[in-house]
This record gives sequence, structure tokens and C-alpha cells, in this order.
Amino acid sequence: MNRSTATIASLRDASKRYGKQLALDQVTLELRRGEVLALLGPNGAGKTTAIALMLGIARPDNGEATLFGTAPGSLDARRRIGAMLQTDGVPGTLNVLELITLFRSYYPRPRSVADIVALAGVGGLLKHRYASLSGGQQRRVQFALAIVGNPQALFLDEPTTGLDIEARETLWATIRQLISEGCALLLTTHYLEEAEALADRVSVLMHGRMIADGSLEQIRARVSGKQIRCISTLSETLVAGWSDVREARRKGEWLEIVTVQPEPVLRQLLFEDTQVRELEVRRAGLAEAFVEITKEAA
Amino acid sequence: MNTSLTFPRGALIASYALEVRYEFIRLLRTPSFAVPTLLFPAMFYVLFGVLMGGHASGDNPMAHYLLATYCVFGVMAPGLFGFGITVATERERGWLALKRVAPMPAGAYLGAKMLMAMLFAFLIFVTLAILSSSLGGVRLLPTQWLALMLLVVFGVLPFCALGLVVGSYASAQAAPAIINLIYLPMAFLSGLWMPLRMLPNMVAQIAPLWPPYHLSQLTLYVIGQGGDGLVAMHGVVLIVMTVVLFVIAQRRLQRAG
Repeated sequence: MNRSTATIASLRDASKRYGKQLALDQVTLELRRGEVLALLGPNGAGKTTAIALMLGIARPDNGEATLFGTAPGSLDARRRIGAMLQTDGVPGTLNVLELITLFRSYYPRPRSVADIVALAGVGGLLKHRYASLSGGQQRRVQFALAIVGNPQALFLDEPTTGLDIEARETLWATIRQLISEGCALLLTTHYLEEAEALADRVSVLMHGRMIADGSLEQIRARVSGKQIRCISTLSETLVAGWSDVREARRKGEWLEIVTVQPEPVLRQLLFEDTQVRELEVRRAGLAEAFVEITKEAA
Repeated sequence: MNTSLTFPRGALIASYALEVRYEFIRLLRTPSFAVPTLLFPAMFYVLFGVLMGGHASGDNPMAHYLLATYCVFGVMAPGLFGFGITVATERERGWLALKRVAPMPAGAYLGAKMLMAMLFAFLIFVTLAILSSSLGGVRLLPTQWLALMLLVVFGVLPFCALGLVVGSYASAQAAPAIINLIYLPMAFLSGLWMPLRMLPNMVAQIAPLWPPYHLSQLTLYVIGQGGDGLVAMHGVVLIVMTVVLFVIAQRRLQRAG
């Protein structure tokens, strides 16, 4: 598979201005076949704008957006994708079955209603009007509308916002199933664990600029540190003063130490607190990497 | 994979039909739209055309005149409200964007809304026809009924276009207020409630600015209640107004999208 056919959606040096606000500043992004790309960033970072450009909802002021090799917006390209937007505005007066039926009519070979119901978990809701559903149920219906057409690529803008933990896990499982069937996914999220749970690659946006882009491993490696976690009575200010300790903080009875050189720190820790329990050392997760990267960019 | 080749024509028509059907269902389930749209023309007609119009049988010029003008008043609502408010809301809240990302057939969005408005216009015509012929003593030739019906069903389109302009510019909050500011004064100034000759001269002089005036001149003409008889001129003005307004709105919607 050569590069051009492997690319599903891309931005090349794309910029977009809304009034005085530069929402996106020369961003280059690529979603390839079968991969999961997470767009991370704080509110107002430009994640939604990036999706809007790739889907053809908005046009870039400069640079280029493509979907399946052409300008976004062609009927053919739209039949091969599914999207869940943040502001969905689904009419509350239609019931769930009517919404699914309407969207099914847009595709030459849509998924069966039974499949959609099973995948999105909207079984008991078909006869309910959209307006009468809870926020979490509405998100599930929006997901159902996104997968109606058997898409080769899904664009999910903060899909699990407003979902409880159980519903989020269920949605992740469904998304993993679609990924395993070869569906590519572009995901924006506030939840770092969501990106960690699903993504192959991560792009971090901040103030409209791409500040980091790479595999999960590469992003993690941006933070060279390791994290030591234990239950200890030592004061965090004392620990923070040790050599080799970059940061120490307390969460309840837990003490968290960030360091580049865990071995000498561990020796000192065990020496000074013989009562230490539940000791673990791990590589910094995406959460730490993200904090670190956005701090550098600020 | 080229999916577009495998999309049969029948499926496309089915998609349009569903779009129209759900557009209609949605508005029927919205009492704040359906009730005033379907009932107000009938209520006003009974009140002013029948009860206050004098004789319940025989020659009743008021019942005739108001049939022609309330038909016009009736079709203003589905056009203005059905387009103005729903488009503003759907544009602002992202439903339009989601449908544009989904492979909705081109033209289905506005096409469905237009057919929905024509359907409402037809229902309003039927209501007024029944009331006027039973209670109002209105007698027309079958060809006159037919011509009136066609005027009503297609006469909704200029108001769709005007509503669309409002809907493509105004916020969802502002749209209802703006539409009401257009709707009621325009109906009055076009002589729909009272013949223009009973109104100040100035009102009659500026009446040609308003689309309802032109449509009412046509409806009055076909039922033989005057109108100035410049049928072609009024028809052309309405068509030009409709096209210009649609183009303005369409350009705005494309830029906003």
C-alpha cells in the first residue's frame, strides 16, 4: 500500500481564523488507513477546528485539507466516513428509530438496524424521542448515527464526554471492535486515558499549533522520567529536596515522586522510611507527558 | 471502491421521501409551530370573514375577499417559520453540519423543507376551502378552486426563500423575533386583513414592496374579487423575489458551512 492510498484524511499547513482568533496555525496532520490517531489538547486548542477542516464543514484559509485524496465534501468520500460532532443539534422531536432510518437512507449499503442497535447499545431507546433521552443516551445515539454507513474512518469529537465510567468502557470496547475490523479513527478527547486506551498515535495541539506528534511511545519518551509511587509518611517537601528528584507530591496517603534516576532515590526512600508500602515504579504515562509538553509550550 | 455507482435511483427517491416525511412529522410534533400555522388562518377567517362579514349565505363579498387574502396569510407561516426558525436552529446547533458530513443527497435538506411547506400550505387551503364554502357561502367554479390551490401551494415558495434568508443569518434566539416582526406587519401592510383602499394612501403606495401583496393580487384575481389584473407582472415579481432571496441565502449558508 503506497502512501497516498494509505492516507484517509490530512491537513497540510492548514490555518483557520475565526474573527480575530487564529484557531489553527499551520497544522499538518495525517490519518492513515486502519490507525487510531488521538488529538489531545486543552479547550480551545483547535481540535474541533481540525476535524471541521478534514470533514469539509469549514475550509482552511491557508494550506490544504484532503479526505480520501480529494477536497473534503464529495458525496463519495462522505459515504466512507462517519462522524460524531460536539454540537450535534439532533432534532429532539424525532425518535431514535426514525433518526437511524433517515441516516440509513443516505448510504448504498448501510448496516442493519439490528447491528447498529447492538453496536451502539441503543436497543431500549428506539421508540423514544431524542429530546427525552439522558445526555449519555444521546451520545450513544450520535455514535449510532456515526456508524450507520459501515465507515472506513470514524471522526469522533470528544465521544465520551458526559458518559459514566461504565458507558465509556462499553463505547471503548465497541470502538476497539470497529478498529479490529480495519476502521480508522480520529479521536479528540480531554481524557488522556482514552487516548492511552485506544490510540496508536497522538498529536498534541495547543493554541492552534501542533506541539507534539508521534507514537504513544514517542510522546511518553518526551518525558524521560519515571514515577515512583508508594504509601509513605515522609513529607513531600523533604523528598523534593533530595538530589535526582524532579518533583514530589502527595495524594492522600500516597506519595508520588518523579525522577530521571529512580535507583538512588529508591535507596534513599527505603533507608529513610522503613515502613514504606505498596511501592511501585513505572514509566510516566500520557498524562505526565501531556502536562510536561504543554508546560514546555506555554 | 466506488459506492456512488451502486446507489439506485429508487433509493435516492426513498431518501428524499423520508426526509420530507420526517420534516413534516417534526413540525407536527412541534405544537408551537403546527397549532398557530394550521389554526390561525381558519380562526381568523371564521371570525372576520364569516361572523363579522354579515350574511352567512348568499352574496358575501367579505367572505370572498378574505378567502383570497387569508390563503396568502396562511401560507406565509409555514414558509417563514418552517424555514426561518428551523434553519437558524439547525445551523447554530450543528444538525446541518452533521447532515452535510453524512452523505445526505444534495438538495435534500432544502428540498424536503420546501415540500413540507407546500404540504402545510395545501392543508391550509383545504381548511379554508371547506370553511368558506360551508360557512361563508363562497361559490367558485372548479377551475377557480384549482387555480387558487395551485397559487397557494406554489405561493409558499417566496416565503420559504424569505424565511431561509433570516434562518441563514440570524441566531436561533433572534430568528423567531425577526420572523414575527416580518410576518404580522407585512400581512397587514399587504392588505391581507383589510382591503388596501380602506388603509392610508401611503400603505397602498408601498404595498408592492411586499411579496404577500403580489400573491394576494393573484388570488383575488382568480376568484374574481378584483386584483389589478396584472397577472404576469405579479407572477414575475414573485418569481424574481424568490430566486434572489434563495441565492442570497444559499451563498450565506455555503459560506457559513
